[in-house]
Amino acid sequence: MRISPTKFISLLFLVLSVFYLYTAYNIQVFAFDENAPFNARTFPIYLGWAGIILSSLKIILPEKVAIEVNHKHLDYKSIIYLIIISLIYAAVILKIGYFISTSLFLFASYYFLGERRWGLMFILSFPFVAAFMYLLHGLLNIYLRDPFLKYIGVMG
Amino acid sequence: MIEGIFIGLSTALSLTNILMVMVGCFAGTIIGMLPGLGPMTAIALMIPITYGFDPSTGLILMAGVYYGAVFGGSTSSILLNAPGIPGTVATAFDGYPMAQQGKAGKALAIAAYSSFAGGTISAIFLLVAAPSLSKVSLAFRSPDYFALMILGLTAISAFSSKGQFLKAMMMVVLGLMLATVGQDSLSDITRFTFNNMNLTDGISFVLIVMATFAMSEALTIIFRGKDPNRAAKQISLTELGSIKVNKEETIKMAKTIPRSSILGFLIGVLPGAGATIASFLAYGMERNYVNEEEKQKFGKGSVHGLSAPETANNAACSGSFVPLLTLGIPGSGTTAVMLGALLGFGIQPGPRLYQTNPEIFWSVIMSMYIGMVVLLILNLPLIPYIARILAVPRNYLIPLILFFSVTGIYLMSFNNFDIFLMIGIAVVATFLRLYDFPMPPLILAFVLGGLMEETLRRSLLISDGSPNFLWDRPITLIILIITVVIVFWQIFSTFRKKT
Repeated sequence: MRISPTKFISLLFLVLSVFYLYTAYNIQVFAFDENAPFNARTFPIYLGWAGIILSSLKIILPEKVAIEVNHKHLDYKSIIYLIIISLIYAAVILKIGYFISTSLFLFASYYFLGERRWGLMFILSFPFVAAFMYLLHGLLNIYLRDPFLKYIGVMG
Repeated sequence: MIEGIFIGLSTALSLTNILMVMVGCFAGTIIGMLPGLGPMTAIALMIPITYGFDPSTGLILMAGVYYGAVFGGSTSSILLNAPGIPGTVATAFDGYPMAQQGKAGKALAIAAYSSFAGGTISAIFLLVAAPSLSKVSLAFRSPDYFALMILGLTAISAFSSKGQFLKAMMMVVLGLMLATVGQDSLSDITRFTFNNMNLTDGISFVLIVMATFAMSEALTIIFRGKDPNRAAKQISLTELGSIKVNKEETIKMAKTIPRSSILGFLIGVLPGAGATIASFLAYGMERNYVNEEEKQKFGKGSVHGLSAPETANNAACSGSFVPLLTLGIPGSGTTAVMLGALLGFGIQPGPRLYQTNPEIFWSVIMSMYIGMVVLLILNLPLIPYIARILAVPRNYLIPLILFFSVTGIYLMSFNNFDIFLMIGIAVVATFLRLYDFPMPPLILAFVLGGLMEETLRRSLLISDGSPNFLWDRPITLIILIITVVIVFWQIFSTFRKKT
């Protein structure tokens, strides 16, 4: 039996709702709040049941229009590269600072999306980020944490 | 009242104050376009600067920043599908598709005209009806607010689902579930954090909106890069189009603006409701008013669909000043910041402001209007330049959208957990979008989640746990009946299409 992607997503949502409801029933509330008309559990419990009912209906009821996605037209390679670069960016931003990590992220993203004009890639990464940081930190006085720039004395 | 208007005009039209409005509008537009920085942040940034001026000048500068930031938020919604504030989420529904069709200039112009018209009409309402409307806003109780939120969520599900109501309702529930993560507002009990300290404060709105709109849009463009139909669409992105609005479009706007202004203003008057609910309800209402042919264009670049939320959110901005100026109750986060600024000047807003400081009361109202005029004059000539963002090739635009999204989050929290969370939500949202699960209901549900729980809590506590609060008050009952009608209409139209 082949299950449609929409029904499969609904099934995942059903599992999520059951887990959410189970967690909602296990929320620790104060003893005096246990039998109150409303406590920290009430709203999540309603939501859990709502999720179970809606996803069950979606699974049970016949699909009016099945949504077909042609997977040959999907560019899995580029999106995986981009997600990996983003994850590395998120992992190093605190350690090496905003300026270097953001500039390298932009440069690498341009490269993986097929850009090869090195000069333009450089301008739209390092000087661009520097100008953006100046706008935020220098002009708008919005603090941007950057241990590297602090270390070399560029930022206070 | 006439005397008051003259007092306000004489204060607002001094050379210094006009200059302040111009500076405020320009700075507000720039700040509003930056990710994660909405009107609230923009005004907060201005507070230290305004303390050097007299109260009227300071407030005039802040009014300019407020409207500028709202317009800036609309600009990033239309051009990048990256709404920085909840009030401009509905703008992206039709503004972004219009920009994709090579009509970015026109979309920005329609947004500017609609904002101006909505602001103008509501400023007139504000002048005439401020004192009496404050009484109406006080008549709304917790059960009415709860019912109003149920109506808002049902309406957005019905109107944005393209015939897939159940999918939209599932997204509503998911949005509400995400809103429950973190500390319970009353008891401070942590929920769904799984002992992760980073989730104690909950998930921020900017994170959700950046993940489900900006970042997932960027990922979708890359993901569908090989699709021949999508590739054809991308070519048209380089066309900026004219900013001229033709006669047919003007007629459409002329029909939409009055009703959206009235709705926006009335919703704005209700404390806590604000521009977000107003823009979503106006979008839904507009879709109901137009004929079948126009209805099909909604979500694909409809003039009505763009004009309605833009008019309503600006009208609601003016409306939210009613409870602030007449009752001293801020109707939104932004007016709460303005309340802080007023208190800093030693002014206590409330019923007596009208008598004790008439020059403040009237100059704020008049400067809001002047701010909108200046905004229109300043921004219309700049539209072709602003719209050039779309001419940036895909290889550069996508990384820049990702960069703006990550920066928005980094600026708020300075931790990488939020960035990881945003990437995770964006990946899930990209797959959900692939199978037509709509994101707007999720966003609205997330925004309203906290308030909805709060109003349900109060309603249940007052009624001692009984569901009677749903039909005890006529206002609640009427709102819920409208909700039920929408649900049954959706079921009926589904069966009608099947047969």
